Amino acid sequence: MTTPASPRAIVWQRRRGAVAKMWHEFASNKGGLIGLGFLTLVVILALLAPIITDESGLDVTKVTGGLLKPPNGEFWLGTDEAGRSVALMTFWGTRVSLLVGFAATILSVLIGTIIGIAAAHFGGWLSAVLLRFTDFFLVLPSLVLAIALSAVLPPGIATIILAVGVTSWPTTARLVRAQTLTIESRPYIERSKALGGGHLHIVGKHVLPGVMPLVLANTTLVVGNSIIAESTLSFLGVGDPTVVSWGSMLSTALTTGAVTRGAWWFLLPPGVAIVAIVLSFTLVGRALETVLNPRLRGAH
Amino acid sequence: MTEALSSIDTAAPLVDPDERRGGTGTARFVATKLAEAAGSLILVVVLGFLLFRMIPGDPVLTMTRNRPTTPALLDELRVKMGVDKPLLTQFGDYIGGLFRGDMGTSYILQRPVADLIAERTWPTVLLVGTATLLAIALGLWLGVRAAWRRGSFFDRAHTGIALTLWSVPQFWLGLLLLVASNGLFPSRGMHSPDAAPDFLSQSLDVAHHLVLPCFTLLVVFYAQYMLVMRSSLLGEMNAEYLTTARAKGLREDLVRRRHAVPNALLPTVTLVFLQFGMVVSGSVSVEAVFSWPGLGQLTFDALHGPDLPLLQGVFVVLAGAVVVMNLLAELLYRVLDPRVRAA
Repeated sequence: MTTPASPRAIVWQRRRGAVAKMWHEFASNKGGLIGLGFLTLVVILALLAPIITDESGLDVTKVTGGLLKPPNGEFWLGTDEAGRSVALMTFWGTRVSLLVGFAATILSVLIGTIIGIAAAHFGGWLSAVLLRFTDFFLVLPSLVLAIALSAVLPPGIATIILAVGVTSWPTTARLVRAQTLTIESRPYIERSKALGGGHLHIVGKHVLPGVMPLVLANTTLVVGNSIIAESTLSFLGVGDPTVVSWGSMLSTALTTGAVTRGAWWFLLPPGVAIVAIVLSFTLVGRALETVLNPRLRGAH
Repeated sequence: MTEALSSIDTAAPLVDPDERRGGTGTARFVATKLAEAAGSLILVVVLGFLLFRMIPGDPVLTMTRNRPTTPALLDELRVKMGVDKPLLTQFGDYIGGLFRGDMGTSYILQRPVADLIAERTWPTVLLVGTATLLAIALGLWLGVRAAWRRGSFFDRAHTGIALTLWSVPQFWLGLLLLVASNGLFPSRGMHSPDAAPDFLSQSLDVAHHLVLPCFTLLVVFYAQYMLVMRSSLLGEMNAEYLTTARAKGLREDLVRRRHAVPNALLPTVTLVFLQFGMVVSGSVSVEAVFSWPGLGQLTFDALHGPDLPLLQGVFVVLAGAVVVMNLLAELLYRVLDPRVRAA
């Protein structure tokens, strides 16, 4: 005997069904699945880094290895110019890259979503101004702007997060604006307005839920860009030089002559790590886009 | 909830759909675009001022960070840079200076910023110009082949490579090439001190230095041309005029070369200008790796000072150039595509 389910139970059942269906579609994309698996592994390892490795290996005063030694039995990926293990440095660099990548992305997506929705929802001169503002930031060379910001702010991780976040929001804003426009042209928005729904109600209850899936797919792509931007800025010497990150490792490799001495073992691991992480985010983002945007399905 | 999401057109984002619909005449279109570009340029100039005067509080303290100074020296520097005056007066001086081509004096190099930028422009133009031309040739060729044999091994392999290259940081690629070339090509600068003074040897010397940075930029740039050319040609593949051309009995490569490719070329032509922002960013990191004496290297040096007057000048010039390039892209698109013109 089945008793009539409560409305809340029906809603949850539908949501579970929708999630299961989306997961099924996502899982059918091999690249996305591989990317997601790899990222999960990397995030777990990065969180566990203080437990499974010894941070003192990053301290140049306590190192044990020889200077700039190629890979050997003790140091699988060799040592840097100060005798630190490259494997350990790359491992710990993951934490900085992911932290900056995620933090800058949250900042960027937040700014982009707010400006995008505002530019589409309110209309009139405000929209026009916001749209021009977005287009202006869209064409600005973001690296040069980020460098300028970094030069005037005190050096450090917070500065990199701010510089990357503040320069990378326009694509999100454009995307969100377009999506908000399509949603707001639908009849149920008109109905909601007719029933007396205010700006907050329409944006919160109707626009945001419709925009969020797209924002989510876009977010994974933004994380990849943020990680590249972070490594570029650290490479150019913006970050805190005492914090080990992939970009700062590569910067050290160039300035201390490891590159001219052909120390490929100091060069490959951080770069491969960047490429692997960014590629994974790109794969997941594209898979999500395919799931969320039926028009892309099958079109490859 | 997700079934009706609209697709976002990333191939040709430059023409707003609202504008495409409104039947404006060419003159009005050009006037609008010119006004928009002028507005953007004003924003660049204002942003260039605010960025360096408002945020840090005291630019003099920022610049002398980690340097031995005395209060008297700081005061002298404040007077020299004009930051002791009220903000509005500073802004007036800054605008007036820009109109006279005066962007202040570099703090570290002690030379006019405008002169520094002028002499560093040519190496950058040489580097990114060569790389862009090669990238266009390679990208279009690969893109056409990939699209024409869509789904083939060639297509999948090259699309995969292009997407992977998109995830590669430009400076790392440069470092790798530096190690891989193993001293075969010069790793730093643009000239060797021992090259003969005659024109031919000098040119060959510069070309020799150009190989590595140019190749790095080529690898970074070509992927976008290829992907845009591919998707643009795919859009034309089912067009009826191709069926007509084939029905006339034209050979397949003639159909491709004379009919499909010219129509598909449009988005890539404007891409040359639209990509300029990315070109600027690329030149900064690649010039930093190879110590190529261009604007990117100048930006890098200015960051390390930090040399705020120099950085401000570089920012205004590069951002302004990007705005102008985008204006050219939008105007060119209209000239080249009769459909946009007629709308």
